[in-house]
Amino acid sequence: MTSTLLGSRRGAIVAVVIVLIALALPKLVYPVLAIDIVAYALFAVAFDLLLGFTGLLSFGHAIFWGGAGYVSTILIAKAHLPFPLAVLAALVYAALLALIVGAIAIRRQGIYFAMITLALAQLQYFFAYQLGEWTGGENGVQLSGRGTLFGIPLENDVAFYYAVLAVAALGTYLVVRIVRSPFGAVLNAMRENEQRAVALGFRVDRYKLVAFVLSGTLAGLAGVLFAVGNRLSGLDGVDWHTSGKVVMMSILGGIGTIFGPIVGAGMFESLDYFVSKTAIGDKTNIVMGTIFALCVLLFRRGIVGELLALRSKRSETG
Amino acid sequence: MALGLSVIFGMLRIVNFAHGAMFMLGAFVAYYGAQLFHLPFYWALVVAPVVVGLFGLVLEVFFLRRLYGLDPLYGLLFTFALVLIIEDSMRLAAGALGSPYAAPPSLSGATNLGFSLFPTYRLFVIGVAIVVCIVVWFVLERTPVGARIRAATEAPVLVRALGIDTQRLVSITFAAGVALAALAGVLAAPNQNVEPTMGDKIIINTFAIVVIGGLGSIGGSVVTGFGLGLLQTLGAVLFPAFNDTLIFLVMIIVLLIRPSGLFGTPASAK
Repeated sequence: MTSTLLGSRRGAIVAVVIVLIALALPKLVYPVLAIDIVAYALFAVAFDLLLGFTGLLSFGHAIFWGGAGYVSTILIAKAHLPFPLAVLAALVYAALLALIVGAIAIRRQGIYFAMITLALAQLQYFFAYQLGEWTGGENGVQLSGRGTLFGIPLENDVAFYYAVLAVAALGTYLVVRIVRSPFGAVLNAMRENEQRAVALGFRVDRYKLVAFVLSGTLAGLAGVLFAVGNRLSGLDGVDWHTSGKVVMMSILGGIGTIFGPIVGAGMFESLDYFVSKTAIGDKTNIVMGTIFALCVLLFRRGIVGELLALRSKRSETG
Repeated sequence: MALGLSVIFGMLRIVNFAHGAMFMLGAFVAYYGAQLFHLPFYWALVVAPVVVGLFGLVLEVFFLRRLYGLDPLYGLLFTFALVLIIEDSMRLAAGALGSPYAAPPSLSGATNLGFSLFPTYRLFVIGVAIVVCIVVWFVLERTPVGARIRAATEAPVLVRALGIDTQRLVSITFAAGVALAALAGVLAAPNQNVEPTMGDKIIINTFAIVVIGGLGSIGGSVVTGFGLGLLQTLGAVLFPAFNDTLIFLVMIIVLLIRPSGLFGTPASAK
């Protein structure tokens, strides 16, 4: 596969840089922001499994991120379930939700797919808003503590960060394996030419649905990490702006490049944070929106994608 | 509202996320017009669409035009970025809290329809909506310009070969679609607060309406829009708590039964 950075020398360099930054992150920024960045990175990677490698733009991925976040925090706060069980339940929820949403949405393609996922995510948003006694409405669900994992308390932010990092790394590795598997090759074929994939005898809808469920479940996992990391899940998480945010991160970094979405998420979250510290304060959306608009107009391959293109251009001429 | 979106998509294959933002801008133009220049409501109905339409024209000419050859998804993404920029700019300019905008006294109060009392303003909105729908339908189906727009949708290359400036047609259509959104914004202003996020609530509903009706189908989006409006009014009485979700349930059912939308043709769904 020429489209991923994996396997190339430059790819190895990017990977090493990302790992080094990831390991040092709690020293560079405050730990909860570090957790946010890694959780969003996993979210973006999960999302990119759909957009970059299957060619499906979901504009409702917040449904999994926020939904699973709610399930995990509600189970911990209200049902007092132990942390691993709550996470498991949240993942099951995300997977089932992805099965339903996917089954409906894959009936249409392109723009329609995006709009349907958006509308369904909004459906969950309204439910979350209405079911205030469970979700806390505008206040969200707050956790008094993160609980324990195998007897180890999770309250230390830095320690929790490394746990999150390990999970996110596993999730990313899983996506890499999926993309490089025969299954991933079929997904890629569908993205390139769906009709040909049909003609070759692949049951395209099945493959799409499986990809959707995998992506949704991983997005749910990321959402759980985020919610538990912040000890809070709220309406923001299921809002359509969050769906848009993950799209922006992936495109900013470069879709279909594995590392791109990670870079995009890191840049986006840290920019967001630092911009919100400056004089323009809560007007971050203007800045982020402008950057993203320029990105769509001028650098559609994203940061990592442009790097790659630069490299292949050089190797062509030289 | 759905009408503008449907026209734009049918013609340009660009889904305009910023439509909600244009709706909001329309309401704000009316609001500021009234505040600063004592612009009466009826004039606002004319001025706001013109102002916002011109703004849309600028956007189209300078930015969206670059995205036509690409996957329509990039248009969607670009307009999403626009939403963020416009909404936050308005928040900066006007504050996050909404401001009320009063309907003219001649339209306030209620009218006795014989069988029940109905707010006069609602009647007026319905009347305007019907007139606008008929005008749009007439322009698209019965005038030379409309014929060209439809032709440009079907076969842009051929239309260009006939010596018609499709680029200009596209710009005009986009501006007109945006102006329709602004008009809807002015009409909605007295019924709700004028606030930067007012477009958000409506854009998702509009998407659902368009998916149900079938994109690019003007009749479809009109019939669906009115039907769902009726359904929501009924729903508000029957199950108030879940009224907002009704429209999405309808969308799911329609998609399961007729994947291309009620009025869409299967071919246009691709």
